[in-house]
Amino acid sequence: MDTLFHAAPFTGYVYPNETVIPWTVLIVIYPYLTGLVAGAFTMSSLYQVFGMQRFKPVAHFAMLTSLCCMLIVPLPLLLHLGHPERALNPMITPHTTSAFAVFGYAAAFYVILLLLENWFVFRPHIVKQAQQRTGLLGLVYRVLTLGSYDVSEKAMSYDKKWIFALAVIGIPGAHGLHGYVGFVFGSLKSREWWSSDLMPPIFLFSAIISGVSLLIVLYIVSCKLRKVPIDLECVKGMAYTLWGFMLFALMLEAVEFASLMYRGREGIEMILEYVRGPLVIPFWTVQLAICSLIPVLLLSFMIGTGTKGNALIAGVLFSALLVLVGVLMMRWNVVIGGQEISKTGKGLLTYQMPWVEQESGLTAAILLMAPLVLLTVAVRFFPPWDDAKAAH
Amino acid sequence: MEDKVEKFEEEGRRKFLRLFGGAIGGGGVAIAANALLPAAAAVEAPAKAAVPPIPNYDWSKHHWAFGVDATKCIGCLRCVEACKVENNVSKDPHHFRTWVERYVTLEGEEKARVDSQHDPVNIAAAGGEGKYRFANRYKDAKVDKAFFVPKLCNHCTHPACVQVCPTGATYKTADGAVVIDHTYCIGCQYCVQACPYGARFFNEEKGVTDKCTWCYHRITKGLNPACVEVCPVSARVFGDRNDKQSPISIFLRDNRVTVLKPETGNAPNVFYVGIDKEVS
Repeated sequence: MDTLFHAAPFTGYVYPNETVIPWTVLIVIYPYLTGLVAGAFTMSSLYQVFGMQRFKPVAHFAMLTSLCCMLIVPLPLLLHLGHPERALNPMITPHTTSAFAVFGYAAAFYVILLLLENWFVFRPHIVKQAQQRTGLLGLVYRVLTLGSYDVSEKAMSYDKKWIFALAVIGIPGAHGLHGYVGFVFGSLKSREWWSSDLMPPIFLFSAIISGVSLLIVLYIVSCKLRKVPIDLECVKGMAYTLWGFMLFALMLEAVEFASLMYRGREGIEMILEYVRGPLVIPFWTVQLAICSLIPVLLLSFMIGTGTKGNALIAGVLFSALLVLVGVLMMRWNVVIGGQEISKTGKGLLTYQMPWVEQESGLTAAILLMAPLVLLTVAVRFFPPWDDAKAAH
Repeated sequence: MEDKVEKFEEEGRRKFLRLFGGAIGGGGVAIAANALLPAAAAVEAPAKAAVPPIPNYDWSKHHWAFGVDATKCIGCLRCVEACKVENNVSKDPHHFRTWVERYVTLEGEEKARVDSQHDPVNIAAAGGEGKYRFANRYKDAKVDKAFFVPKLCNHCTHPACVQVCPTGATYKTADGAVVIDHTYCIGCQYCVQACPYGARFFNEEKGVTDKCTWCYHRITKGLNPACVEVCPVSARVFGDRNDKQSPISIFLRDNRVTVLKPETGNAPNVFYVGIDKEVS
């Protein structure tokens, strides 16, 4: 019996059923991955839609990154379900008043959009490989052409229109998908910690900064691995993007937190106790001080002083890594934090994450690594680099 | 000719993309639009669904409700035990379809101290998990005020749990009970989060959520819920509001009642008498 569930220790008074925390670390990973999808997509849109040429080196890479993350997004949810074999029920027979019922459609729509956009982007490469290669790999590429071998100028300009159109649809699509994740939490009136109209934009902005950070890290690391020079203009552009969106993200979170405190509705004493106690390390120290203020100050300093060369690369890389950790902590503090404050308003619980079982730290780590593994494989078959020759 | 083929290919591609995107987008938008409706408007539909095949029972002819007279409750926890047995609920102190809270205000203190049978002190006093009793933990203290409050699912008129269920596995019946179809629940636990009362829990053995059904298998046969049946002091009252002489109709007529957390807009159907401001 004991292995079936983990009872969370508590202080004060909590409802008896609350002692088993419903949403575990996997539900922390889910919005994190969705956020990376939206953020990476934003990065690619800056080039595809807004024509920012400095992001050309990462535009296609961003698209591929977004797809690799998106393919993993349903997994944490699936692993969390009591009946994973019924996972498609919300799509087959959706209950139309449920915010969750949207997920299957939104995710499916977005996966298809990303697949299409990636297909158009990598079509010239696919056609070339299909014509050159033989054997199994050749067959795979030939299937992937979907019978279209036309790479004439006319066809390319037609494809370009599709890429643009899909990217335009993708902006509200990606951001809608992530705003929706915020809505899932923000719309629940049962928990004061979640119940906020600002939840969707907060999730959205933190999503963008996490996606941009992921691309900064992956771009710099991939350049080092491929031994090609890093495009400083591109890095600088991403640093600006990260910095700008971070200011928005931080401000929104501050406003939300201030409103929660200022409103001071029933149960505020317990929230204050939580904020002053259990949140000192995960929120104030890690998320805010180390992973938000340090990168903002560092980026501000580098932008202000016009840092160049390796110092810029190191500084931006360091900031991006911190932001990646910070946004993960933000997801943790929202998802787990909300459940650690009892619905009674009279007690606090402590979620104790198991390390090795279905819903555990190990599973979470594997799910976080999975998109990177997918991406490592994907870039071999669909080189997204601007200097495509260097990849082969 | 080539041009034509090319055009055909392009057309085909376009059509396919439009159709596919349109179908999926349309489905999503329809749900999103409906999800934005208030819970009140949203939960009307399921009651008109197919009538369950229960012999000699017409769910459109009943309107069940539950009453709790907290002034009568003695905290014996027989209701908790009966519920666990009747509904085969796991005996551990973390899964309850019904529970009892104890509110004790000591002399000189403003706030009540609250506990329930899942408190470690009470588990120790009961002699282990699976047994339920309140420890005599305030025997050396000067008690200003003390009372017990039985809790259960409120079978709300606008249940937040039903609103959020992605499959409709949990629904409100025509006779007022909120029940769960265990053969259709996917076990996402969104409903557990949405319930403001902590009435729902996850049944790990079955992989589905679980909660009080007012003993639906009993009330549809004309019996009382198990907890009402065993209560030695009639603190729990159950009946059909359509029957003006039923215990619940009399209870609601004779008392000024209140409900828990009315501000959530859930409109509970468990009515309380004799609870204090701190009870939520």
